[in-house]
Amino acid sequence: MDLTLRIWRQRNAGEPGAMTTYRVTGISEDMSFLEMLDHLNEELILAGDEPVAFDHDCREGICGACGMVINGQAHGPERTTTCQLHMRHFADGDTIDVEPWRAAAFPVVKDLVVDRSAFDRIIGSGGYVSAPTGSAPDAHATPVPKPVADLAFEHAECIGCGACVAACPNGSAMLFTSAKVVHLNVLPQGAPERESRVLDMVETMDDQGFGGCTNTGECAVACPKGIPLTAIGAMNREYLRATLKGGRRR
Amino acid sequence: MALATRTDRPPSLIGSVWRSTVGKKAVMAVTGMIMLAYLVAHVVGNLKVFFGAGEFNHYGHWIRTVGEPFLHYEWFLWMARAALGTAVVLHGVAAYQLSRRDLAARPQKYARKRQRASYATRTMRWGGVILGLFIVWHVLDLTTLTVNPNAEEGRPYENLVASLDRPAVTAFYIAAMLALGLHIRHGFWSAAQTLGANSARRERVLKFLADALALVLTCGFIAVPVGVLTGVVS
Repeated sequence: MDLTLRIWRQRNAGEPGAMTTYRVTGISEDMSFLEMLDHLNEELILAGDEPVAFDHDCREGICGACGMVINGQAHGPERTTTCQLHMRHFADGDTIDVEPWRAAAFPVVKDLVVDRSAFDRIIGSGGYVSAPTGSAPDAHATPVPKPVADLAFEHAECIGCGACVAACPNGSAMLFTSAKVVHLNVLPQGAPERESRVLDMVETMDDQGFGGCTNTGECAVACPKGIPLTAIGAMNREYLRATLKGGRRR
Repeated sequence: MALATRTDRPPSLIGSVWRSTVGKKAVMAVTGMIMLAYLVAHVVGNLKVFFGAGEFNHYGHWIRTVGEPFLHYEWFLWMARAALGTAVVLHGVAAYQLSRRDLAARPQKYARKRQRASYATRTMRWGGVILGLFIVWHVLDLTTLTVNPNAEEGRPYENLVASLDRPAVTAFYIAAMLALGLHIRHGFWSAAQTLGANSARRERVLKFLADALALVLTCGFIAVPVGVLTGVVS
C-alpha cells in the first residue's frame, strides 16, 4: 500500500505546529497503525529528519498509552486502540490525517504526544480505595453479587487513554471520571468513600480545565473499551446524592 | 496551649452546586423541566383557540382568577411568571457559563473532524438563543401587547389573530417552534441523564418520550399560526 500522511508536527509545547505531508510506500495491510508510523520514522531517520514522536507502550490494546486522532476519529475508524488498528482498514492511495488529542487539559508535548497527567490528578483525588495494607484478604471475605461485580468490571475496563476527551467537542473528561466513580462506588470496598470520591473527583476534573458534558455521546462511541454513556448518568446521580447528603462528611 | 479551633465552614450547598459543572447542569435540567411542564399546559390552553373567541378569552380570564378566593386576582399568574422568569434566567446564565467553559476546553480545532452528534444536539446553543429572543418577542407581542397591532387588553383571541395575520411574524413563530422541538428532543433526554435518571434499561423509553414530547409540542404550537393562515381561526 502507498499512502499520503498528513501528520501534526510540533517541536515542543511552546512552538506552533502544522500539518506536514509525508508519503509512505510498501505498507503491508497486516501492519498496525503504529508499525506504519515506525516504518515512516525509519525512513525519516535515514533521511536525517526528526522522527514523529508518539506515545506507545504495550501495543496490545490494554495500557492506554497510544492514541491519536486519525481522520477525525479518536483511535481511527475501528473501535479499538491505535496500536490494534490495522492498515487493512485503509485503502491503497488513501490520504490519512493524524493529529494529537486536542484539549486544553491535554497540552501537546511534541508532535502527537500530549500530557495526560490531568487524568492522574483526577485519579489521585479519589479514584482509589483506602485500605490498610497487609496480606491479601480472602476472596470470599467481602461478598459481591455477580451483577454488581460485572457492572464494576465493565467500568473498570477504562484504560485512561483519553479518547473520550479527544472526541468530545467540549474536551470533557466526564466519561473517564464516571468510569472510575462507578467502578468503585458500586463495590462494597468503595462504599466508605462513596460521597467524598465523587465530589472530589468532579471538583478536580473541573479544576483541570476539562469542559462539561452536553450529552453528545461522542465519548462513548470513541471509547475503545466500550465504557457506556450511562456511566455519566450514574456519576451525576452519585454527585447529586452526595451533595444532598451534606458533602464530604468531615 | 489551646487546640486550634476549626473556623472553616463547609461550603454551602447552593454554592458548591453552582460552582461545579455537574451541579450547574443539574440547575439547567431542573429549570428546563419546569419550563417543559409549563409548555405542556401552554399548548393545551392554546388549542382552545379552535373553539372560538368566547372559549379562548374565557380561558384567558380564568388564568387570572385561579386560586380565588384564597389568592387575590392575578396572584397565581404573577407567581407563575416569577417562577418561569427565574427558570429562564437561571437556564440561560448556566448555559452561557458552561458554554464559555466548554469552548475554552477545546481551544484548538481538529484539521479534520468527523461529526457524529445529531442535528438537535449540535443546535442546542444557537437554538437556545433563538428561543430566548422568541420569548422576548412573544411577551412583547401577546402579554404586554407593546408590538401587537390589535393591543386590546382582555381580548387575547383578537390580539392573537391580529398578530399572526402578519406573514413575517408567522414565519418567525414557526421557525422558533421548530427550534423548540429540536431543543426538547435533546434537552429532555439530556436532563434525565444529568439528574441521574437514565440507565441502560430506561434509555430507549426516555429517548422515545423526548421525541414524543418534542413532536406533540411543536405540532400543537404550530397548529395555531397554521389555523390563522388557513382561515380556520379568524
